[in-house]
Amino acid sequence: MTGFFTNIIKILDKYWYVFLVTGVSYTLILAVITVLFGSAIGLVIYFARQSKIRPLSWIAVAFVEVIRGTPMLLQLYVGVFLVPKIIGINVSDFVSVAVALALNSAAYVSEVFRSGIEAVDRGQMEAARTLGLSYGQAMKKVVFPQAVKNILPALGNEFIMIVKDTSLASTFFVGDIMTSYLKVRGNTFLTFECLTIVAVIYFMLTFILSKLLGAAEKRLKAND
Amino acid sequence: MTDKKTEMIRTEGLKKSFLLGGKEKLDVLKGIDETIFKGEAVTIIGPSGGGKSTFLRCLNLLETPDAGHIFVEGVEITDKKINIDLHRQKLGMVFQHFNVFPHMTVRQNITMAPVLLKKKTQKEADAAADDLLKKVGLFSKQDEHPSRLSGGQKQRLAIVRALAMNPDIMLFDEPTSALDPEMVGEVLDVIKSLVRSGMTSVIVTHEMGFAKEMSDRVLFMDDGQILESGTPDELFNHPKNPRTGDFLSKVLY
Repeated sequence: MTGFFTNIIKILDKYWYVFLVTGVSYTLILAVITVLFGSAIGLVIYFARQSKIRPLSWIAVAFVEVIRGTPMLLQLYVGVFLVPKIIGINVSDFVSVAVALALNSAAYVSEVFRSGIEAVDRGQMEAARTLGLSYGQAMKKVVFPQAVKNILPALGNEFIMIVKDTSLASTFFVGDIMTSYLKVRGNTFLTFECLTIVAVIYFMLTFILSKLLGAAEKRLKAND
Repeated sequence: MTDKKTEMIRTEGLKKSFLLGGKEKLDVLKGIDETIFKGEAVTIIGPSGGGKSTFLRCLNLLETPDAGHIFVEGVEITDKKINIDLHRQKLGMVFQHFNVFPHMTVRQNITMAPVLLKKKTQKEADAAADDLLKKVGLFSKQDEHPSRLSGGQKQRLAIVRALAMNPDIMLFDEPTSALDPEMVGEVLDVIKSLVRSGMTSVIVTHEMGFAKEMSDRVLFMDDGQILESGTPDELFNHPKNPRTGDFLSKVLY
């Protein structure tokens, strides 16, 4: 047992940079890109789905169903191998993976938006409209601010999922924490020690994130 | 108060039906012709499901009529080319379930729309809010969120929120039906003073005492039609339509 901990200390001494700087920063960059673009695209998908233009709403529904109905790893493969061939431009694996992650998350986030917005009482929209607000103004001033409270917990969950899901990106060696694991294990052959380090790093990241989101939720609830 | 010359709202052959799933349709409004004049206080009474609320909600197009025309101050709002948002500003509406905005303070509830829609500057809107809040006894609550208000207070807030847009007409959709009995009076008092000030008002209500006391005219609606229209005395004391008499005998005791 002492050997186990000494090994961990030795690994960290030699490879801390690979885990804590390269790995963590790539994972966080991937997660942030995924969250930002995923939310933005998710909002677009939500509006497309609500659209009165039927084909647009069909496309949105189909997109969500396909993404939810296929494994994420498969989507990453499609992103990395198929998309560059289809569009004919060579992009780095990192970009392909980021695009695939963002599109995947967009599908889930659009559903989070939908449930959050639909949970706002219909009377709120009606009251805003009778005052003379347009649909857009009513959404922005009345419905969205209330929907955020419904959306935030589920969205926070989604963000934490994303941080963990970025580990799949290691399949393509893009530099995230799991890639660090693969590299260091290849050099040291100390599988359990490396896995333990990676597990602790992931847990710390998601734990901090969940505490931050909890604090944000509390602040929003203070107004109720 | 009533100015029988100036039409505020006129409906012609107003029809509305709702789909009941499948191909079944429920005809809620079966062709309503009605004119409401400036300064008039019109209450609409009748059994549930008779079309009262749907009629009221058609007047500002919260429900889109299937057929017929609605004119507000001479302009046809059922015309597809019209900007309904502008016309809705003239029609204040108060709902059964208040629908105050829970994420805003009492003051913000009142000033948001006039400022956003450029009817008033923030300063003007704030001054108007001061007056309105004092009038309905909510001035001390101005910085609270609605969750801290009682039902009666919420409804008074909803009324002044609508008034802040300086509407020409007020529509009330069962404004006291969701209130605890002890709060009905305070809300009715606000509506009464509004009616006395000459505001054109259309009020769907189950408060027969209020209808008797305050209306210039009472409409009895059932089965998607206005079956009887008259002064409170005519309707309550000498109903001509047997359905009116039947309904009144059930609600007045």
